[in-house]
Amino acid sequence: MSAITVKEAETIRPAQARMSPPSRFGDKAFEWLTLAMASAVVVLVILIGWELWIGSSLAIKKFGFHFLTTSTWDPVAEQFGALPFIYGTLVSSAIALIIAVPLGIATAAYLTELAPLWIRQPLISLIEMLAAIPSVILGLWGIFVMVPWLRNYPFPFLKQYFGWIPLFTGPIYGPCMFAGGIIIAIMILPIITSVSREILRSVPDLQREAAYALGATRWEATRIAVLSYAKKGLFGAVILGLGRALGETLAVTMVIGNTPQIVASLFKPGYTLASVLANEFTEATTDIYLEALFEIGLVLFGITILVNLLAQLLLRTIATTSATRAVQ
Amino acid sequence: MRSKRTDNHTWRKIKSALASTTAFVSAILVILPLGLVFFHLLINGISSVNWDFFTKLPAPVGEVGGGMANAIVGSLELLAIAGAIGIPVGVLGGVYLAEYGSARINSVLRFLADVLNGIPSITWGVVVYGLIVLRFKSFSALAGGLALALIMIPLILRTTEEVVLLVPNGYREAALALGVSRWKTIVHIVMKTASKGIITGILLALARVGGETAPLLFTAFGNRFWNHSLHEPIAALPLQIFTYAISPYDDWHRQAWAGALVLVTGIFCINVLVRFVTRDRGASVA
Repeated sequence: MSAITVKEAETIRPAQARMSPPSRFGDKAFEWLTLAMASAVVVLVILIGWELWIGSSLAIKKFGFHFLTTSTWDPVAEQFGALPFIYGTLVSSAIALIIAVPLGIATAAYLTELAPLWIRQPLISLIEMLAAIPSVILGLWGIFVMVPWLRNYPFPFLKQYFGWIPLFTGPIYGPCMFAGGIIIAIMILPIITSVSREILRSVPDLQREAAYALGATRWEATRIAVLSYAKKGLFGAVILGLGRALGETLAVTMVIGNTPQIVASLFKPGYTLASVLANEFTEATTDIYLEALFEIGLVLFGITILVNLLAQLLLRTIATTSATRAVQ
Repeated sequence: MRSKRTDNHTWRKIKSALASTTAFVSAILVILPLGLVFFHLLINGISSVNWDFFTKLPAPVGEVGGGMANAIVGSLELLAIAGAIGIPVGVLGGVYLAEYGSARINSVLRFLADVLNGIPSITWGVVVYGLIVLRFKSFSALAGGLALALIMIPLILRTTEEVVLLVPNGYREAALALGVSRWKTIVHIVMKTASKGIITGILLALARVGGETAPLLFTAFGNRFWNHSLHEPIAALPLQIFTYAISPYDDWHRQAWAGALVLVTGIFCINVLVRFVTRDRGASVA
């Protein structure tokens, strides 16, 4: 029996030998094709930097470093200084962080540590839905619902009781820096919450068990064993939120009032780097005006890329794929 | 001594309960805007969502009526262009990361993709303006689609990479052992197995860019009429909502609410669809 099989095998062998080995060409071609596509991310980073740099080269030459430190924005006189926009971007983002960071981290702690199990998944889904609302729709809601409400109730209250702080002085118009900050806070809450949640989830259970074994209450375990352990990652989540806050465009443009000025009162209108681009780019009539706007884009790109690099470095050290997954 | 200890214990318990309550209130505050936005979209938008809205062009300035038919079609057109460019690049790039790249190259590419995901979307508008609009001296559908595609690429790249990595190595080994060439293994076995996840990533990316306005402001530009060529400005739903929302006309405000309701409904349908697709598989991606 076996002898026959061996014989058969021998007779088959020459036929097999005639088959040519699978071509390597397809493999190589496919590998190179996918490599070319993957390198798109490198190309894109270079492309952004290059286009913005080329687009603003004249303005950079003409205004130099003063562009960042002067506050006249007068397209007619061709005087361009970006300081009020940088100021507006930083202040509105700061307001947003002051509101969103405690809320976001508390919600993340609630979702991973404190909430009853059945409530967690529905809440997570709702937060994901909030993240899916486009900026322009939040802006629409901001103009017609949030700003009138703020103008009628919380702002007069703040003015009456905290009017001695320069932040809450002056007439209340409606669209203002404060409203801009609040709308940005709403926009960045989902990302801060979901990234923080992933960070807290990656805290080893051993930490919690140790705390409970020592007789800690639920909150003590959360504070001592979880939150302080995850400090660095949570900081990363905050920085990531800051990156998004700095670049928020449409919703802010619709409620911040769009006036380039540097004033202490948060009830006065402001302007951000992103909103000046949104409002004035198509109106730029002269070359130098357009170049100045390109330079605004360059400044915005520079700030956000630095902030994002920092955030990625902080989150990278946690080395959880799930945390980076939540970023998207 | 003893009573002091029990007091202390009670106090700690109260503190814990207080902290839980605070965290609960925070969670409610976080999702409150979602509920409010929905509520106002419904009460302000539903009355203006009618047959005209889906079938008519915008009425001339000052006239009441008209619809957003061109903006809805325009948005779909822009998504088609964006998909045609962004999906192949993102998916194949993600396949490279998962299947070929060395650890060092991958970490660099992944890092850059994550950084790109954090770039403000209006920056892409400026870049495409410099790249296409200035060069061809015209706002165009092509420019708008390209801007959206560039936003999609890093998103799709990362989700594709993750789902392709989830495919067990045994599948690859089995195919290779049968003498199937590597690229055929990847295309027919690995990507096929991961196809659900890949499609999920694509749909989420489309839902995300479908609501983008900032990159379209000075690329697609908007158009009050039908668009007849890729080299002409084109209307888009988010763009139209923005223009109408900041206009001084009441009728336009009503239409902006209606447009917002339609846009949000579309985006949420995709999100819900995705959740159903991924749920029965267990391998959730998003």
